[in-house]
Parts: sequence; C-alpha cells; structure tokens
Amino acid sequence: MIYGYGNPGLQDDGLGNELVSRLDEWITGNRSAGIVFDSNYQLNIEDAHAMRGKEIVVFIDATVDERVGDMMVTRVEPDSKVEFTMHSVSPSFVLNLCRNIYNENPATYLVHIRGYKWEFLEAMTPGAGENLNKAIDFFKEALSFPDISGIKGFFDKYSNQLN
Amino acid sequence: MSKKITIEPITRVEGHGKVTIKLDDQNNIEQTRLHIVEFRGFERFVQGRPYWEAPVLVQRLCGICPVSHHLAAAKALDVIVGAGTGKGLTPTGEKMRRLMHYGQFFQSHALHFFHLSSPDFLFGFDADPEMRNVVALTRSEEFRELAIQGVMMRKFGQEVIRLTAGKKIHGTGAIPGGINKNLSPEERDFLLKGDDPLNARKMVEWAQSAVDLFKDYYKKNREFVDHFSRFPSNHLSLVRDDGALDIYHGLLKAVDSEGRVIFDNVDYQEYLDFIGEEVRSWSYMKFPFIKSLGKEKGWYRVGPLARLNTCDFIPSPQAQKEFEIFKDHTGGKPNNFCLHTHWARLIETLYAAEMIKELLEDPDLQGNDLVTKGEKKKEGVGLIEAPRGTLFHHYSINDNDLIDMANLIVSTTNNNEPMNRAVNYVAKARMTGKEKITEPMMNAVEVVIRAYDPCLSCATHALGKMPLEMELLDVDGKLIDYKRSRQ
Repeated sequence: MIYGYGNPGLQDDGLGNELVSRLDEWITGNRSAGIVFDSNYQLNIEDAHAMRGKEIVVFIDATVDERVGDMMVTRVEPDSKVEFTMHSVSPSFVLNLCRNIYNENPATYLVHIRGYKWEFLEAMTPGAGENLNKAIDFFKEALSFPDISGIKGFFDKYSNQLN
Repeated sequence: MSKKITIEPITRVEGHGKVTIKLDDQNNIEQTRLHIVEFRGFERFVQGRPYWEAPVLVQRLCGICPVSHHLAAAKALDVIVGAGTGKGLTPTGEKMRRLMHYGQFFQSHALHFFHLSSPDFLFGFDADPEMRNVVALTRSEEFRELAIQGVMMRKFGQEVIRLTAGKKIHGTGAIPGGINKNLSPEERDFLLKGDDPLNARKMVEWAQSAVDLFKDYYKKNREFVDHFSRFPSNHLSLVRDDGALDIYHGLLKAVDSEGRVIFDNVDYQEYLDFIGEEVRSWSYMKFPFIKSLGKEKGWYRVGPLARLNTCDFIPSPQAQKEFEIFKDHTGGKPNNFCLHTHWARLIETLYAAEMIKELLEDPDLQGNDLVTKGEKKKEGVGLIEAPRGTLFHHYSINDNDLIDMANLIVSTTNNNEPMNRAVNYVAKARMTGKEKITEPMMNAVEVVIRAYDPCLSCATHALGKMPLEMELLDVDGKLIDYKRSRQ
C-alpha cells in the first residue's frame, strides 16, 4: 500500500497526495497487480484497518524538517507515544494499532519529502516540485522489482534514521 | 510573590493551546487563561475568489472537519443562488447533504469518545499517562473490543462521507443550490447491508453500547463526574422549527442556565442582530456573546451539551429514550456539568447512527433532481451544527460573482469563554494551596478542555508536534520550575 497524506489546499503540504496521484497514473500503464493507493488529509485510527493484509506499507508525508535533505526514507516501528494531537496520528501509532488489533506487522516505511511553504494555495513551490520528482523516480525504481522481497530490500537499503 | 504556571501545548486537543495559571503568595489561583492560536487569514484568502469555489476552498481550513465547513459554505451559497434555506433544496439534495453530515458527525464523535476521552474514564484520570491512551485499550483484554469498535465506527463514517462527498479529499458533493450526485443503489446497499460490522445496523448497536458504557461508568462515579467542573452558562444551537434536535438545519435558539429562553425561532440570516464578537488583548481568538445580554453575561456554550439543553426532543427512537434519561437527571432543566458533555456526545452519536440508517432506506437518495436555483442575492449566511458546535459561514459577493466579504465563527471560538471558565474551575479545585503541580493536576485541566473537543487543525500542521510543557514562573517571568511530559 502506498499512502500519501496532507492537505493539497495548503501548498507543499499536499506533496504526499500528489505523489500518490502521479504514481497511480504512471503505474496504470506499467504494473499494478497487488498495489493499493490511498490518500487523505491525515492519518487516523481507521488506517490501522487499511493496513490489514498488506505486506509492505509506504506512507508519504511532506515535512519542514531540513534534516531529510530533498527526501528521505525511514523505517517505521510501532510506537504508542501519545501524539500532540490525536485528531490525527503518526505512522508509528497506526502501525502499533494494526499490530495490537489484528496481530499483523507489515514492513512499514515513511517517505519524507521536503516542503517549504504551507500557505492557502494549490500550487506547490518549485523546490518542492523538484523534490517530488526525485521521490517519484525513487518509487519507480522500487516498483521495478518483480516481487515483494525485492521491493522491501530496496526500501531497507535506502532507509535512514532521523537523528 | 505571585507565580505563573504555563501548560503548553494541550495534548489530545486539536491545535496549539497553552494554559497559564497564575498563583499568588499563598498559592491561591489568581488568574487562569486558555490561549489558543487560531488562524484567521482564511477570511481574507477567499476574498476575490468566485463564490461557487467556496465549498471546496473552505476544506483547506481543516482536515478534521472539512465536511462541516463544506456544508456550511454550501448553505450560505444556497441563499446567494436563490435556493433559500432548509426546504429550498430538492429532497435528494437535502437528504444527500444530511447523510454526509450525519456520517461526519458519527465518525467525529466516535473518534472523540473511543480514542480521546475513554482512556481517561476507563483507566482513571490519575492513571499513568502511558496508560491513558488508545493503544493501552488495545492491550487490555477488557477493552480491546472497544478499541476495535472505535476504529470501525470511524471507518464507517468515512465511507459515508466518501460516497456522498464524492471523494475523501476536497469533496465536491455539496454545490450552491444542491448536490452533484445521488447515492446509487449499490452504494446504499454497501452502507445499509454491508458485511458485519460495516453496516448501519451494527453502527446503531455499537452506538447504543457506547451510551450504556458511559451510563454504567456514571453510575459508579457519579460524585466525581458531577463535581469535576460545573458552572452555569447560556446555551446556543440550531433547533428544528418543532423543537427537535437537528444538526443540519434549523432556527437559532438560546437558553440561560435555568432554561429560560433568551431568543428562539431566529432565522440565522439575521445572526448579526443577536451575536457579537469581542476581542481581548491576550488572545488571538475572539469571544462571541449574545448581544442582548452584553459581553459580561452573554457568553454561551455550543456543542453536544448545549444542543441537548436547547432542543425539546430527539427525532430518533433510541436516542430519544436516552435523551429522556439525560434530561431526568437535571429535572428537565439545562445540564451544566462539563463532563456530561461526553454523555451528550454519545447520545448524539446514537442519533446520527439512527438517522443514517433511516436515510439509507429513503428512496429520495436515488433521485435525480439535484439542484435548485432562484433569484440571485448578494449575501448569504450558512449555519450548521458541526460536531463541536454551531458553525457560522457568512459571505457577500460583488457584481462579478467574486466573494468580497467572508466572516466565519467556528465552533471552538463559540466555546472560548466556557473553556476558559472550565479551566478556572478545575484549577481552583485542584491546585489551590498546593506546593507542587503534579501530572494528574495538569491532566485534570486538559480533561476539562478535551470535553469541548476543541479543534484548530489549520494551525497545527506546520507547527509540528510538541510535548506538553509546564513552566512555573514568578511575576517577573523568571523560571522557578519546569515540567515536560508525554512524548
């Protein structure tokens, strides 16, 4: 499952949604078997249900954190930390819910894409657009592997830790 | 020397909140304030945009309750395109919007109870913070099923929204004068007769169980719940013209703490004659008030508790039965117990579930007459009862059909003064004369704020996540003590 979240009405906040939209379009002409796309304003508890039965889950979110460079992949581990806001929750929290409720623990990653502005505009900044293209190329390469283990190996290879 | 305690930000509350509590030399509460950073640039942003874009544009405000903004804007534009209010729409148009709204209500209330508030009740307000969250529910043999119900109730509500609004993000279902799609028989059957648990019947059953759960808790903890925070206030909401609870459309009604009517049967197009907004120097958020009572006495509550205090009955059988029990508790008079807001919210959850089921059996949802138009006007007001309370959208347009004025009063703004009063009440009860501020004391303040389910998501995403911090300062701003908890 490839799941982008953010508000496309708030400029670069919509990077995750846009990636899903463009990747979904691209993949239609290439391969689609077994890949599910989803997109929403933010993650919430019901996404634990959406993760059920998936072998790999990749979340995509925009970030202001400059430590990610243009983009970065991190491995998501289950975590029960209480969020600052629980009207939305983190990928770690959703994964933890999925594990506790359904006894499933899919390999989960978060692709962070650097954004720069969060104004009331649809159009993303040029810098964010460039980062988005890099992220799309990254996904295309990942999805070129013919099987799940190859895709997982690719994400593991490029996973970093945010320190 | 007086001291000031700052709790920042409020956890499990949408938006950026900060509580400051000022103590005098004897550690008595001298002053309390709840500061919430509210983003108000949106009203300027929509100026100059074509009016028909507003129902989609306003969803940029909030990823938590976009449907409420979507529908309030659409209702205001109904007036501008000459479709009027209430029954001005076609039956399909109005019922599709109602279904969308009940779906939003259902999922929002379910989230609040199962995942924001129930851990406090089930594990105790003084329990270890690590235990007071939903993940702890999933780990508990006793409460695991509850957590699953919460997840699935959220999912069901989201499915209702998706099928009525057209899509999950920036839904386009409601348009000026009506709706742009009906509900196909397949979509209806998916919601009405889907495999357990994702169907309307199961949702009614679970919503009833949630009310029963609260009543059982209340029976065992009545003293605590009743005395946690209680203060008299006015109450305001939309009410159907026959006095019924109606969260989609109605007339404005306000009552005082004893149930005396302040105003009733007010057409919300005239809201400015009845509601004013005060600015205070220490807060970005305005303080609305009832004009006839003035700034000092005119503040009011909105939301679940206020709605059950203003309406005469609930037009769905199971929720009506629960409403009668709820009203009996205060002898039919308005209920001013803050934590009873949770009880009221659960009764409304049951009402929303019943209304969804009833609507899904209505063939009007498959109608094809979707839009009404009439004589165009330059100005329109749309009100809706959002999950957190009354939401006001007011627009005017120029000769080129561009919006030249927008005024929004969101639910949380309406509850600004009551939340401040509630913080004051709890701080005085729990902190007066205490040498140390403990985590349970801090949580008590948060618990009473959470009862109102304040939401300011538009201010949060860029601000990022922050831990709860408390600073103890002297009158000169010098740090005396510091507390950091959670995360």
